[in-house]
Amino acid sequence: MILPGNTSCQGCPIAMAMRCLDEIENPVLVIPAGCSTVIAGLHPKSAMKCPVVHVPFASTHSVACGLSEAYRKLGVDTTVVAWMGDGAADIGFATLSASATRRDDILTVVVDNEAYMNTGTQASLSTFWKAKTTTSPRGKTEEKRNLALVMLAHKVDYVATASVGYIRDLRRKFRTAGKKDGFRFIHVHTPCPPGWRFPSEKTIEVARKAVMSGAWILWEYDGKLRISPPSEKYADKSKRIPLKDYLNQGRFAHLSEEDIQEIERKIDKEWDLLLKFS
Amino acid sequence: MRLDPLFSKATAGSAGETGSWRNFRPVVDLKKCSGCKECFYYCPEGVIEVKGVARIDYRFCKGCGVCREVCMQKAIVMVQEE
Repeated sequence: MILPGNTSCQGCPIAMAMRCLDEIENPVLVIPAGCSTVIAGLHPKSAMKCPVVHVPFASTHSVACGLSEAYRKLGVDTTVVAWMGDGAADIGFATLSASATRRDDILTVVVDNEAYMNTGTQASLSTFWKAKTTTSPRGKTEEKRNLALVMLAHKVDYVATASVGYIRDLRRKFRTAGKKDGFRFIHVHTPCPPGWRFPSEKTIEVARKAVMSGAWILWEYDGKLRISPPSEKYADKSKRIPLKDYLNQGRFAHLSEEDIQEIERKIDKEWDLLLKFS
Repeated sequence: MRLDPLFSKATAGSAGETGSWRNFRPVVDLKKCSGCKECFYYCPEGVIEVKGVARIDYRFCKGCGVCREVCMQKAIVMVQEE
C-alpha cells in the first residue's frame, strides 16, 4: 500500500508496518498527526495507494466511525483503518475508548515507537521504564501503560500485539483482523532508530531482542487470549535472553545494574498479569 | 468546479529520488542469494524485488542496511558510495 521514495527515515519500522497493509482488502486510512502523516506524503503527491484522511488527534475515531457507517450505508466494501502512533493514542484516547465501547466497525493500528517521535522524542505513556527522552532527560520515572490490555478490558472483538521483528506474524494478524467485523485493535512495536539512538540497520535486531528478552509480549485475543508462537517460549523466564542485550540502546546508556534489575521485575509482573488472562 | 486538483495522487518518489540519501549501497551476491524473500519482507522502502534472486531498485534505496542484517545467506554487503 506504500510506494517507494517516501519521506520515512532510513530503517523506519512504520514504513515496514505500512507495507503489511497489503494484507487488508480496500483499506481506507485515517491518520492523526504523527510520523505516519509525514510518510503518507504532502499534497499533491501521496505515498499511499489507498485513500487517506488526515485528521486532528482527538477526532480520529469520530471520523473513522463516520466513514465506516457511510461506506456501510452506500454498500461499499472497505476496511476503515485508524492508523495512529502511541502519542495520538494518548491524546485521542477518549474517542478511541468511546469507539471501542460502541464497537464501531474499525480496525485500529497503533504503531508504538514509545515516544512522540515526530516532534522530537518527548515521553509518552507508552515510553519504556527509565528511557531517556527530551522530557525525561534522566530517564522516565513513571509507569508504562499497557495499551493493548486496556483495549482488552473494553471487551472488543479482536486485540493483538505484534512486532516488526516478526513480520510474518504481523502480516497474519493484519490479515486476520482485516477479515473480521467490529472493533479490532492491533498494537505494533516499532523500534525507532533516531529516537532510541541505534544504527538504522539494527531495527529488526532490536525488535526481536525486545521479544526475546520478554520486554514485548506478542499475544492475540479473539474470544480467548493466546500467547503468539514467537513469544511462547519466553513465558519461561530461563529461556529469555539477558535484558541487558535489549537495553543496549542510546536511550538506556545511563542505566545502572539496579535499574536493570528493577525493570526486569516490572517485566516479570507484566508476564504474570498477562498469563492470568490466558 | 474542478475537484481534481484537491486530491493527492499516488506517486513513487513522493520525497524525490531518495537513493541520493544513501551513504552505503547494498550489493547482492547473486551466487549466494537463495531467493528466500526475507529481504523483500523486511525492506522498509519496498525496493527489493525477488524473482529467483533479489534485485534492488537503487533509485529509491535509502541504504539503511536492514536487508544485510536479515539476510540468512549473508549474501548482501554494504559498499560505501563515492
